[in-house]
Amino acid sequence: MGPKQDVSKFAYSVVAIVIALLVGAVLIAVSGYSVKDAYSNLFMGAFGGVYSLATTIVMSTPLLFTGLSVAFAFQCGLFNVGAEGQLYVGALTSAVVALGLGWLPPVLRVVIALLAGAGAGALLGFVPGYLKAKLGAHEVITTIMLNYVATFLTTFLVKTYFKDPGPVDQTVLLPSGSRLPELIRGTRVSLGIILGIAAVALLNHIMRRSVLGYEIRVVGENPHAAEYGGVSVSAKTVQAMMISGAVAGLAGSVEVMGTLYRFIPHFSPGYGFTGIAVAVIAGQNLWAVIPAAILFGALQSGGQTMQLFAGIPMELMTMVQGLVILFVAAPALGSLLFRLKIRAKEGGGLE
Amino acid sequence: MYAIRMENITKCFGSVVANDDVSFAASPGEIHCLLGENGAGKSTLMRILFGLYRADSGSIYVNDNPVTISGPRDAISLGIGMVHQHFMLAEQLTVAENIVAGCEPQRRGLLNYEQARRDILEVSERYGLQVDPDATVEDISVGQQQRVEIIKALMRGAEVLILDEPTAVLTPPEVSELFTVMRTLSESGTTIIFITHKLKETMEISNKVTVLRDGKKVGTVNTEDATPESLVEMMVGRSLPVHDDCRMAPKEAIALELKDVSVAGRKGSRARLDGVNLDVRFGEILGIAGVDGNGQLELEEVVCGLRRPSKGKVIMSGQDLTGNDTRRIRDKGVAYIPSDRLRRGMVTSLSLSRNSVLGMHHHAHFNQRGVLQEDIIDEHAEEIIAKYDVRAESVHQPMGSLSGGNQQKMVVGRELTRPHSVVIACQPTRGLDVGAAYYIREQILDSRNKGKAVLLVSAELDEILELSDRIAVIYEGQIVDVRPTGQFTERELGLLMTGERNGV
Repeated sequence: MGPKQDVSKFAYSVVAIVIALLVGAVLIAVSGYSVKDAYSNLFMGAFGGVYSLATTIVMSTPLLFTGLSVAFAFQCGLFNVGAEGQLYVGALTSAVVALGLGWLPPVLRVVIALLAGAGAGALLGFVPGYLKAKLGAHEVITTIMLNYVATFLTTFLVKTYFKDPGPVDQTVLLPSGSRLPELIRGTRVSLGIILGIAAVALLNHIMRRSVLGYEIRVVGENPHAAEYGGVSVSAKTVQAMMISGAVAGLAGSVEVMGTLYRFIPHFSPGYGFTGIAVAVIAGQNLWAVIPAAILFGALQSGGQTMQLFAGIPMELMTMVQGLVILFVAAPALGSLLFRLKIRAKEGGGLE
Repeated sequence: MYAIRMENITKCFGSVVANDDVSFAASPGEIHCLLGENGAGKSTLMRILFGLYRADSGSIYVNDNPVTISGPRDAISLGIGMVHQHFMLAEQLTVAENIVAGCEPQRRGLLNYEQARRDILEVSERYGLQVDPDATVEDISVGQQQRVEIIKALMRGAEVLILDEPTAVLTPPEVSELFTVMRTLSESGTTIIFITHKLKETMEISNKVTVLRDGKKVGTVNTEDATPESLVEMMVGRSLPVHDDCRMAPKEAIALELKDVSVAGRKGSRARLDGVNLDVRFGEILGIAGVDGNGQLELEEVVCGLRRPSKGKVIMSGQDLTGNDTRRIRDKGVAYIPSDRLRRGMVTSLSLSRNSVLGMHHHAHFNQRGVLQEDIIDEHAEEIIAKYDVRAESVHQPMGSLSGGNQQKMVVGRELTRPHSVVIACQPTRGLDVGAAYYIREQILDSRNKGKAVLLVSAELDEILELSDRIAVIYEGQIVDVRPTGQFTERELGLLMTGERNGV
């Protein structure tokens, strides 16, 4: 895809977001709230100050990983709906490893715990990849099912083996040497966001420059041509799902090691699913995952402020998120509306 | 009097001039060929006549009366009908329902199906257009679907019938049936405008020929005054010399051998390939002649490892490669031009560069420790573009932005630049215009002359006859005859291809 197309696509996304906010404004007004209050709080809550910015970044970090995970799978023509489950196994594995390796020096401990989380995610990604490659089982179905398995399996494991001896079902707090370092003192912005950006850079490099990435793209774009070119479609399917799973696993690791400092069952407010929205908005360009993740992080953190200070229910923000997805992901719908407008302007009406 | 007259038609799409001051006229009852390469502006001109496009300037006359055609509805009411290259039929509906859609005979607000059937049968009988009004469209052959489209146009009162590349989708027997129908129609006064880029058909069926090139009209000639050579020159703008047709004595060594190869069909249906024995020697072209769908696809896929034979062996240079994967087989030296180039041969969304190494991207030359060598790959693509005359702006533009002919040159170029001793060329010139097809045939002959073994699969009999040293005829998955090219007559081949073994 040429840079020109990228630019026009980016411009299109910005327009779509603006439209979504406008439609959202109408709905907020109709619900009897002040649009000005809502959006000023939304903006201030997302970007108005160090604390707000920090919250936005914290909210964006897991979305960066899950969005990348899903977007990467898209490149191989795979729809990974299982990022949520992969996130949970990654999170618990990292927590357990980080707690268990207390005798290692901190840097090594953190690195191993991250790798373990990625490995666990990859392992969970392997299952649907293998089932698709060997049996033709559709990955959407298998990954959805595995989400339940992963969510409840991690809950069960925590309750049974790794429970903090308190009233709450959760692991004990990670010692400071097992945590990701803070980037901004006094906030929960951790090294995670940097790792996320690095992961985007790395996967982008793999996709554009390496033989593996080339083969994955060929499989994703045209599996028949892949076969013709001697590329094994099943091998690439398994590999792409494992990489996708590893990245989603890291989302959990980073959340546990950088923000929560412990594993709590059901901690994710659906990062894996919001990751799908992030990936859809990013489209074919992995770099675009970064702004898309920040957008959703901002809506999330701004929405909280809106609820807190303007008394506007969070649900309205969730709705705006939905509108963003609708307008960005449905270019056909968007361009249809656009065309209708042009026709109306020309005075020709509908043909 | 002219049935149709178009004067000084100009039509631009953005900066592209599709029709540049084109005039065209057809008399009643005439079969008038509109001949030209892909992109010469034939379809555009006829779409203007049918009201699908509006001309930027120029005028149209029907029976010498000036008319304005602003949509197909106008065209139909003026007695103009068009059969498109891609049929516009509802697959799930019956033939009769498709034909009457839009002008249904009604009885008390309900579709009068009986009336529709009777009308259709009447038209179908009058012009020898056999169809079964009650069959579902998805169940009938492509040739029959085309008849449905023609009846549809006739029943709407078409006196001028535009056929857009009607033979592209037909088998040889279907083509001759279509021509019979066209003659009957013309005798009864229907004017037929026949869009094509095939010379042989033009010479066979038409009374007059108008040639377009690059959006401009080159001229109109009476078919009896034209020769295939003169028409080519008008179309291409230069003459194309006859291919150097020296038949080579093949070398002794066998490059590719198929031993008793079978491919089982789906449960209950006959085998797709049934005990095929073939051998191709170095320095020869073995042509596989046959009507599409008689096992050619299975043959190419078995040879190239895309499909496993249920029985038999594929042997290359004495080495049994049955069951090896495509990468292994092709790395043994197989250049493979696939029959379905869009589906198999390329990734349209990726750049020319990336496509130029598809199937050899894993060779040490193009990557170092798993990282693609961009510069070397770009250079490789540049070389193919230069050597194979691919019209492209940059190696970074997506493959899908090239015309069909240039895409195929790119595929052929890629395959013939990889190290190889065997060429599997399948439908290498399908859908290409005369110039590009000529060029690609030259390349195939050149490979043979360099001592490569070539297996040529083509549904175009002329191509097989022109290029092959030996011909094998395939019918229903079996090789029914193999002989040196000179020992078949065209009639014999035609009969063998359609399963008339006894006629020979």
